[in-house]
Amino acid sequence: MTAIERKPVAVAPATTSSPGPSMMPKANRLKPFLDAVVPPAVVVLLLLVVWQIAFSGPNATLPPPSKVWADSSELILNPFFDNGGLDKGLGLHLFASLQRVALGFLLAAVAGIALGLLIGTSELAMRGLDPVFQVLRTVPPLAWLPISLAAFRDAQPSAIFVIFITSIWPIIINTAVGVRNVPQDYRNVARVIRLRGPKYFLKIVLPAAAPYIFTGLRIGVGLSWLAIVAAEMLIGGVGIGFFIWDAWNSSNLSDIVVALVYVGVVGFVLDRLVAFVGRLATRGTATA
Amino acid sequence: MSAFLEISRLGIAFNRAAPPVLREVDLKIDKGEYIAVIGHSGCGKSTMLNVVAGLLPATVGGVVLDGAEVREPGPDRAVVFQNHSLLPWLTCYENIRLAVDQVFGRAMSKAERHDWTMKNLERVHMTHARDRRPGEVSGGMKQRIGIGRALAMKPKVLLLDEPFGALDALTRAHLQDEVMQIHAELGTTVMMITHDVDEAVLLSDRIVMLTNGPNATVGEVLTVPLPRPRDRLALATDPRFLEARQAVLSFLHERHKNPALKAA
Repeated sequence: MTAIERKPVAVAPATTSSPGPSMMPKANRLKPFLDAVVPPAVVVLLLLVVWQIAFSGPNATLPPPSKVWADSSELILNPFFDNGGLDKGLGLHLFASLQRVALGFLLAAVAGIALGLLIGTSELAMRGLDPVFQVLRTVPPLAWLPISLAAFRDAQPSAIFVIFITSIWPIIINTAVGVRNVPQDYRNVARVIRLRGPKYFLKIVLPAAAPYIFTGLRIGVGLSWLAIVAAEMLIGGVGIGFFIWDAWNSSNLSDIVVALVYVGVVGFVLDRLVAFVGRLATRGTATA
Repeated sequence: MSAFLEISRLGIAFNRAAPPVLREVDLKIDKGEYIAVIGHSGCGKSTMLNVVAGLLPATVGGVVLDGAEVREPGPDRAVVFQNHSLLPWLTCYENIRLAVDQVFGRAMSKAERHDWTMKNLERVHMTHARDRRPGEVSGGMKQRIGIGRALAMKPKVLLLDEPFGALDALTRAHLQDEVMQIHAELGTTVMMITHDVDEAVLLSDRIVMLTNGPNATVGEVLTVPLPRPRDRLALATDPRFLEARQAVLSFLHERHKNPALKAA
């Protein structure tokens, strides 16, 4: 029996008349981009038209898009003005909110992954902690605010604590599930090569659980963003939540509309950002 | 003289109430021998291999390899799993390297371990894909890496658990030829689980046929009288090949019919 010959490298076609990708007509190269952008753009445009028609009457309770633009174009065009006090651009308000979310979410990620690893590996820890977590995780984010205000006696750490306590549960639970679901195949491989202890944990458990961990982080960052807007409405100070509340109190409905759009876009970007980091960190093994 | 790998009076029961999966399995394997274990699905072939690997404990009896009883898994009994079991977050190179680092971390220097990893990638013809991840290569290539990883552990016995079962016929033939060649080069002792009669006859020195489970045991052991090296094309018409094939087929399909089919 002779050695298996290597398959020949792809043979060049006899005729090279077909154009390569670089020679494709411009329209073809733009197509994927247009496919992604045109349908949502059309939908947004339709929504704007419907909105404009629906709220143009004299008795309309909400401003139509044309009025939003007329009232708040300054807010849209110049997000970083700072007139001192709380009269700041939306960009600065968002930045303040994002700072709180970043800190609270980071703490939640560290503590959540650590606790998740613990209850994923230790049966005893799971039996003790899991019921407590299952009860605590159903407490709505804002219900934590009074108690944290009482404990910290300051708005800033209270808001951060609310973010922390809101986003930690999905991180803990998903991490624990990931650790418990390390496929038997990987465990067998580890046993055959006698990979044990911390090395087994680092080389097998952590990478195998990584897709689950990032699913938890993604849910967590979404919840953080939901919670911060509500929390800031109550605690005041600089932040997108307070901006919305303040606009409501001064009947600036157009400002609220603009702020909502910003909140939505930032939430979307945060979600994609965590998903992107997850793809990088799990080297493409995450399905998310 | 005792055998290199000896399975004696092996019985495995997963639960006390039910009849055992395997009972009274006796098998002696010589150094360098290529053994195929064949039987219908559910007869306990893979269970038997897992006990030899040390992944499952024996209920009664036991396994002795090279004078030492098998109590736990170890790199001297490297397993090639049916579903390749590569770690998807590591490249092909890193998958083999992890095993090499783990098994020869003390015995070899870093450069030696790198060279040995590359040597095993070369042996399974996968050097070109060293930096690709398992998700980016074909099923046959994954199984090659699985074989490369097992060989890299310098095992005393190589355990193949239906290694080509999930592959298409052409890829399977390629890999069978490669495994034959590696067996000829290295003289590794091999125990292979299979349900493919042609594969068993083509590759092995002896074919161990299991009866149907539960309570499965060794029904017959057939020595394949074909000289090596073997050539699949020449063998296709060789009367000795056809006779061996016939013997296994009649065991599986006349005397020990597939229980699932019988019930239907």
